Amino acid sequence: MAVQEPAEPMLLPPRHHWRAVAAVAVSVVLAAFVASLAGNPNMQWDVVGNYLFSGQILDGLANTIILTILCMAIAIVLGIIIAIMAMSGNPVLYWVAQAYIWFFRGVPLLVQLVFWFNLALLWPRIGLSLPFTDIDYTISTNVLITSFVASVLGLALHEAAYMAEIVRAGLLGVDSGQSEAGRSLGMSDGQLLRRIILPQAMRIIVPPTGNEVISMLKATSLVAFIAGGDLMTAVQNVYSHNFRVMPLLIVASIWYLIVTTLATFLQFYLEKRVGQGFSSVASRSKRA
Amino acid sequence: MQAMVQISRLNKSFGAHHVLQDINLDIEAEKVTCVIGPSGSGKSTMLRCINRLETPNSGTITVDGELIGYEREGANLRELSTRRIAQQRARMGMVFQRFNLFPHLTVLQNVIEAPIQVRKMAKAQAEADAMRLLGQVGLTQKASAYPSELSGGQMQRVAIARALAMKPQLILFDEPTSALDPELVGEVLEVMRELATTGITMVVVTHEISFARDIGDRLVFMADGQIVETGEPKEMLANPIQARTKEFLSRIK
Repeated sequence: MAVQEPAEPMLLPPRHHWRAVAAVAVSVVLAAFVASLAGNPNMQWDVVGNYLFSGQILDGLANTIILTILCMAIAIVLGIIIAIMAMSGNPVLYWVAQAYIWFFRGVPLLVQLVFWFNLALLWPRIGLSLPFTDIDYTISTNVLITSFVASVLGLALHEAAYMAEIVRAGLLGVDSGQSEAGRSLGMSDGQLLRRIILPQAMRIIVPPTGNEVISMLKATSLVAFIAGGDLMTAVQNVYSHNFRVMPLLIVASIWYLIVTTLATFLQFYLEKRVGQGFSSVASRSKRA
Repeated sequence: MQAMVQISRLNKSFGAHHVLQDINLDIEAEKVTCVIGPSGSGKSTMLRCINRLETPNSGTITVDGELIGYEREGANLRELSTRRIAQQRARMGMVFQRFNLFPHLTVLQNVIEAPIQVRKMAKAQAEADAMRLLGQVGLTQKASAYPSELSGGQMQRVAIARALAMKPQLILFDEPTSALDPELVGEVLEVMRELATTGITMVVVTHEISFARDIGDRLVFMADGQIVETGEPKEMLANPIQARTKEFLSRIK
C-alpha cells in the first residue's frame, strides 16, 4: 500500500489588514477632492484650456526658461570663482568670498530683486567717469537696469552664493591623494584644478545643482513682483484683467510641473555622465 | 660616485611632533636606495620632502645639483613660486602607497595626462610612449579600462607607468606594496626589479626586506626621525651594527 506523501505546504504572505483599510481611506479622500476640483464650476477648465497655449503665456514661459538658464550659468561660473577664493591662501580673497556668501545668502531674494530694480535711487547714472578729465562714459541707471536685467542680477547673484557652497563641498570631497598625484607629475595649480579636481568634484556637484535648477525655475516667479516678464508675470497680467485667478494659476502650475519634470530627467542623465569611472560595482571592488 | 639627491640638515615638524631631526643623506645616481624602519620613523615624510609635497622647516635638498623649492638670495633662501616648484617636480616621479590613479580617466589617459599637459607633448607621441610603457608593466590590454576595473597590483603598475611617462631622473616609491593583498605584491616588485636594471635612480620606502636585500644597492634604516644606520643591504641585514637596527630586524624576521 502506497504511503500518502504529505502535501508540500504553500508559503503565504502575511496578512495586512490595516494596509487595506488605510489604502481605502486615503483613496476615498483623494477621490472626493479630485471630484470636487474637477467638477467645480469655479475652476473654469475651459479657461485653463484657452490660455494654456496662448501667445502671452508661452512668451512668459520662454522668459522663465531663459531666466533660469542664464541665471544658473552666471551663478555656476561665479560660484566656482567664489569657492576657489574661499579656499585660497590669500586672506583678502578668503574674507571677500565669505562676506559675499554671508550677504547674498542672508538677504531674502525678493528684497534683493526689489533692490536691483530700484538701483537708480542709489546711483542715478552708472559707468566710468574719471574726475578732472573729460572722460565720462555713463548711462542712466533706469535705461541700463530694465526689469529683466534686475531679475537676472537678483536671481544670479543670490544663487551664486549657494553654488559657491556646493562647489566648495565638491572640491573638498575629492581625495587629497589626487592633488598629490597631480603635483608629483609637475602639474600647475590651474591644470590640477581643471583636469583632475573639478572633473571629479562634478560628481558631487551635479546632484545638488540639479536641485538648484529646479528651485531656480520656481524662484523666477518672484520676478513677477518687479514685472520681470516671466510666466508668473504673464499670468498676473491676464488675471488682473479678467479676474480668472484660479484657472490661470492652474495654467502656470501645469507649465511649472512640465518644465521641472524635464529638468529632473536632464539631471538624471547628467549624473550618469559625470559618474564615469565611478560605477557602484567598481567602487565596491576597489574597497575590497 | 655622484649624488643624485643631497639632503642636508633636514628638519620637519608636524605641530609639536619633530618628525625629521637633522637628516643628512646622499642618494647615489643610478642606484636603488631602500629606506626601512618602523612606522612613524619619518621615512615617508623624508621622501615627500624630496619632491616638496611636504615643506621642510629647515635644511636643504638638492636634486642633480639643483636646490629644491628655493633660490639663493644673498645669504638667504627665497621660496620659489608654485610654478617653478611644479617644474622641479616634473623631473621626479612618485609612486604612492594608495596608487592615486585618476579615477575619471582611463589607464591610457592617466599615463598621457602629464606628458600632454606639462611637457606639451603631441597626443600621438604621448600615446605611443604610453603604450610602450604599459607594455613594460604588462598592461597593454587594459589601456582603455578605468582604474576601478583593475586589481590593486594592476593599479600600482599603471601608477609606475604614469610616473615613468614623464621621463624622470629619479623615481620615489612610498611604500608601493603596503596597500596590496599579499598575492599581488610580487607582480609590482617584479616591475620594480626590471626597472632597477634600466639604471634609473630609485628611492624606495618599503617593508619588503627581501626586495631591499636582493635589489637594493644601499639600505637606510630610520627610527624616531633619525637615520640610524646605512650600508650595503646584504651586509647590513646580516650584521647590523646599531642596537636599534638589530632590534627592528629581529622583530620583523
